Amino acid sequence: MKARIVVTLKSGVLDPQGKAIEAALKSLSIDDVSGVRQGKVFDLEIASENREQAEATLKAACEKLLANTVVENYTIEIA
Amino acid sequence: MRAAVVVFPGSNRDGDVARALTRSGADVVKVWHAETELPAGTDLAVVPGGFSYGDYLRCGAIAGRAAAMDAVRAHAARGGLVLGICNGFQILCESGLLPGVLMRNVQRRFICHRQFLRVEQTDTRFASAYRKGQVIDVCVAHGEGNYFADADTLARLEGEGRVAFRYCDAAGTLTEDANRNGSLNSIAGIYSEQRNVLGMMPHPENFVDDLVGGTDGRGLFDSLAA
Repeated sequence: MKARIVVTLKSGVLDPQGKAIEAALKSLSIDDVSGVRQGKVFDLEIASENREQAEATLKAACEKLLANTVVENYTIEIA
Repeated sequence: MRAAVVVFPGSNRDGDVARALTRSGADVVKVWHAETELPAGTDLAVVPGGFSYGDYLRCGAIAGRAAAMDAVRAHAARGGLVLGICNGFQILCESGLLPGVLMRNVQRRFICHRQFLRVEQTDTRFASAYRKGQVIDVCVAHGEGNYFADADTLARLEGEGRVAFRYCDAAGTLTEDANRNGSLNSIAGIYSEQRNVLGMMPHPENFVDDLVGGTDGRGLFDSLAA
């Protein structure tokens, strides 16, 4: 099974990189954007054929390593 | 005082902190990150500065889950002393030994300069050689030193007197200018609940020798080795 994990900053957490990217977009005359937040995407393959088991494994991966839940949220998509 | 300095791929301040500890009279050994135990008789585990694992994923995230960190957590749980400096502070936060997280500096730049700190607590094993409220002159060098914790955690740290050092000006005043990475409450370092774990972004090990322009960092290593 293929899976995608998206990690984003929680709302209210300052994202200096997002701000810099937004400023860069505006400098390219892409003016109609606001609230840019940078996140991370992890694409991975998972050996399990059982969807529930795969979800549990991926949740553990997020909680233990891929996301710092103090400041980040994550979503799991299984293809 | 027997100190073990944990070395990860990408650590680069292990030599400096070992030298500072030795200068204050500690016996220092280095421990590779894959080790599962600290040497018998270790009083202090040190997680040094640098760029462990190239700061991949998040600063300190991968090192925080290394085998040696299980040994450091067990050492801390037994009441053993743990010191994390710069990347070491990031690793201690990622490993769950200290609360909160070090975010990208608010102005988005790597900062590298001399920095005044106000010593907030002195009744600890790390800072007994300083005076409460003393302003010390050390150095900072980091891109992700912006201390962040949720409101409850922050209130607890403050309420329990667990803020170790704050960024300040030469007079000891907390100003926005002095807090260049944007840390909440100008926090430069914090203690664990039992005060046996200290994490701090600034580098006291830089300033232990007159030769390099300052000796205000000595107090920390002298406190530990006393």
